[in-house]
Amino acid sequence: MRTIIFLIKKEFLQIFRDKFIGKAIFGIPIVQMLILVPAITFEIKSARLCIIDNDMTAESRGLISKLEGSPFFSIVQATSSGKEANDLLYGNKTDLVLHIPQEFGRDLGLGKSAKVMASVNAINAMTAQLSWAYLSGVIRDYNIDIIVSANPAAAAMMASPSITYRYWYNEMLNYKHYMLPGILVILVMAIGFILAGLNMVREKEIGTIEQINVTPVKKYQFVTAKMVPFLVIGLIDLAIGLGIGKLLFDIPFEGSLFLLFLCSAFFLVAALGMALFLSTMSGTQQQFMFMAFFFMIIFILMSGIFTPLESMPVWAQKIDLLNPVAYLMRIYRMIMLKGSAYADIERDIFALVAIAVVFTALAINRYRKTA
Amino acid sequence: MNRKTVIRVRDLVKKFGSFVANDRLSFDVYEGEIFGFLGANGAGKTTAIRILTGLLEPTSGEVMVAGFDACRQPEEIKRNIGYMCQKFSLYEDLTIRENIMLYGGIYGLDRKTIKERTERLLDKLRFREYGDRLISALPLGLKQKLAFSVAVFHEPRIVFLDEPTGGVDPLTRRQFWEMIYETASAGITVFVTTHYMDEAEYCDRISIMSDGRIVALDTPSELKRKYDAGSVEDVFVKIARPGMKYSQETADINGLG
Repeated sequence: MRTIIFLIKKEFLQIFRDKFIGKAIFGIPIVQMLILVPAITFEIKSARLCIIDNDMTAESRGLISKLEGSPFFSIVQATSSGKEANDLLYGNKTDLVLHIPQEFGRDLGLGKSAKVMASVNAINAMTAQLSWAYLSGVIRDYNIDIIVSANPAAAAMMASPSITYRYWYNEMLNYKHYMLPGILVILVMAIGFILAGLNMVREKEIGTIEQINVTPVKKYQFVTAKMVPFLVIGLIDLAIGLGIGKLLFDIPFEGSLFLLFLCSAFFLVAALGMALFLSTMSGTQQQFMFMAFFFMIIFILMSGIFTPLESMPVWAQKIDLLNPVAYLMRIYRMIMLKGSAYADIERDIFALVAIAVVFTALAINRYRKTA
Repeated sequence: MNRKTVIRVRDLVKKFGSFVANDRLSFDVYEGEIFGFLGANGAGKTTAIRILTGLLEPTSGEVMVAGFDACRQPEEIKRNIGYMCQKFSLYEDLTIRENIMLYGGIYGLDRKTIKERTERLLDKLRFREYGDRLISALPLGLKQKLAFSVAVFHEPRIVFLDEPTGGVDPLTRRQFWEMIYETASAGITVFVTTHYMDEAEYCDRISIMSDGRIVALDTPSELKRKYDAGSVEDVFVKIARPGMKYSQETADINGLG
């Protein structure tokens, strides 16, 4: 224990002796939060819409004015030429084209079902889906308006299975509230993961590890001493991030702060165990960075920060069983937005502890004092 | 000689793939002596020293250091030795005091003892004004003296020095050897590799390695007599030409063949 304290002190001294790193480990998370939280949003404020109106009737104009009234769309062009509309789509001047055919007004008047066609620029599948969803919502509204105005009696029939939405845990569907916990997770991980791993490989590169290896230091002591400073720094970064979230973005915090920090500590041990394990397999800092980059991208993109885990193929969900970021992502959102207690996230916590134990053991085992 | 053996090596072999770095080395080192380990570049000195210090596992053979088996008890050996590697490997981004505190702590000395010894050491080396300076700012000679001082700070039974005076000016080299003598007279066995043949003359006994084998082992005066040479350097040039297998003749002279 005494030896570990001497070693930990040495690590802290070295980390903060590097003036740049000493500041960056607290500065970077702040910058990250300030930029990423407001920047990453799925909300679409004004999708560009082009309308081809071949109908030119009161009915078609009714639909158009409904769309004009929607905050989600800005109408860039109303035309009667299909070619012109397609050119706009090709030239990336519009995101959607809505084609109202000639029979639209007539069919509606006859009580037949009228057809419209929407073409969506799906280069970005996410925005395409969302703008399509908004568009069909507006059309549905318009549809109901027509039915009600044509036959008020039908309104009563129509209204019977009316659906009222209520979004639990994030009533306003505020993307900041959804993204902030995710960004916090990345911030807590990235710094420790990279710095701890590099730190270990650097000792190999410059040869100082040789002097350590010839002492009676125990392997677990050395590995623990490499972990502890970055565990502490990670938790401080988390506190900073939460502070910014509360003060600037008014993030809800429903659950237990203690539970959040406890889970984060388990997570950090898991992530640092992985980083140190990777570093025992790397001979140079480049090798480590290459591997760290590769794994971090997989961990982050498969963590559920952007896409729901449930929509991933089953094999990918299996891989995610080993992804500590996925567990913490879920835990953060559950604790912060839903106020989940220990019992609700027990399984995730166990998984994190298991990953932490396994990879720390691997790192200790792979670190060789005698070649 | 009835002296106590602190290092006992028999038929030590170390292979890297098909390359034989150490070929059946056998020798003893006695307590309190200064044992010089000579050889051309690539002769296998560093490999041998790394095996003796528990940093490298031997392929075969028997290696006992301070009473412990290098294959099975390398960590026990590490408790009883000090080591100064060829490449300077204290922490350059820490100060002298911080480095000493770290290594003193690792070897289990208490803070009070570390502090006292540190002050004594700084005075002895006339390092006082450098105590709180980063190692990276020190000149090479001071660095080497410091590395040696750290290697013996915990008063080990044996200290291994791998080319401790490489690239150091003559004055510092002399001071360095004074430190080595002082250490040996305090009862610490010194195992030192070097390129400098004048330094070999200061050793109690020397061994000369060539192509992975020990081709000569005796006191400097005895070796000079055997080879009819004026200096250890002449002995060395006669028997340790790099890249050339030693002849059966030299092996016979030494009774090692």
